[in-house]
Amino acid sequence: MTGDLKIVLEFSAGAELLFDNIKKREITLPSTEKWTIRNLLKWMKENILRERPELFIQGDTVRPGILVLINDTDWELLGELDYELQQKDNILFISTLHGG
Amino acid sequence: MPILCKSNCGNKAVLKRPKTADALCKECFFAAFEAEIHHTITSSKLFRHGEKVAVAASGGKDSTVLAHVLKLLNERHNYGLELVLLSIDEGITGYRDDSLETVKKNRDDYEMSLKILSYEELYGWTMDRIVAQIGRSNNCTFCGVFRRQALDRGAKLLGVDSIATGHNADDIAETVIMNILRGDTARLSRCTDIKTGGSEDSIPRVKPLKYTYEKEIVMYAHYKKLVYFSTECVFAPNAYRGHARAFLKDLEKVRPSVIMDIIHSGEQLRFKDTVKKPTRGICERCGFVSSQQPCKACVLLEGLNRGLPKLGIGKKSKGDRMIANQEKEMALRDKANLVKNDF
Repeated sequence: MTGDLKIVLEFSAGAELLFDNIKKREITLPSTEKWTIRNLLKWMKENILRERPELFIQGDTVRPGILVLINDTDWELLGELDYELQQKDNILFISTLHGG
Repeated sequence: MPILCKSNCGNKAVLKRPKTADALCKECFFAAFEAEIHHTITSSKLFRHGEKVAVAASGGKDSTVLAHVLKLLNERHNYGLELVLLSIDEGITGYRDDSLETVKKNRDDYEMSLKILSYEELYGWTMDRIVAQIGRSNNCTFCGVFRRQALDRGAKLLGVDSIATGHNADDIAETVIMNILRGDTARLSRCTDIKTGGSEDSIPRVKPLKYTYEKEIVMYAHYKKLVYFSTECVFAPNAYRGHARAFLKDLEKVRPSVIMDIIHSGEQLRFKDTVKKPTRGICERCGFVSSQQPCKACVLLEGLNRGLPKLGIGKKSKGDRMIANQEKEMALRDKANLVKNDF
């Protein structure tokens, strides 16, 4: 482990409404464990998810209909929950659930 | 180790297509996305050269992508279409007023003319005022019925040959499920049609994004940096569609083709002749397409104007009773006034 992990979280198309309406934030994760999307989601739920958690998280993953992009690439190509976070990663959550 | 684009272009793949599970790079994804919509438009003969087409624009992701792609394909493949934007202002503060700003941006970006028609000017009522009357239970009925007709009115005003709407594959699959669950065979039989209307008195509606997955629409908008509006309507949690949607999303996890499969099932359904089908006619009051006399929009409007907002909700017989009671009361009141004035 080489120090704390700094990553950027972004939310768009309505997903930000569940996170204090903040569209972009930098977070620092302690180096006590190996960070994957799986435990990042858990961390988010415990620390920054403010409203109606069921609209964002279902079980141990995101609610179907929320797209996840890791450094602008579809997380489905990167192992989804098992993707191991790297320094300066950018994780974007886009809701597809809102209006049309 | 980055995954490479399936088309062997040498670029890094950025997304997995829900329809095919192919990993594609940005450029190949754009090309496939646009080519498939072009294929849908040509194979279903949605437009004819020289036609004027209104894009029903809400400012949301679907209509924004639709306007963008139609403009692009129109130029690329020389469809010869005149494209215009048509928006409906329901009069919902904090929702539609903001989304219309997005539509105005679409107008400038895509150099299309824009017509905005409001419920206020068409019906004399905004949704804000309707909700103040009816509360939050049946408000979506008003909004849906009025919008449907408002688009027809707008299309007539603009003199267009058809209206293109942004319904995507996920929307249509949800609608099939909802219509099955409601036993609404009339809607079930036409909800998968890519083109509806178009008889002598109605303007056809087409759905060029019928086979386009929602995920791809959102990814396309994201990678193309298209600006769209994405706030939920302040009045509409739309619970029923939400359930259908959640159900389909869960099914999709185990069977990725489920969206296309349900649309296919909907398309192949055949109904017995004994199933009552609505006959499309013209409302004798307002002159717009309807299968009832008078049309639903006119009944709802009459209810609002009479101070009986529930008039058009539920069975017609119940509505007739409400009108009869009100008329009786008014007659009694008139009589009472008459008596009073005699002295």
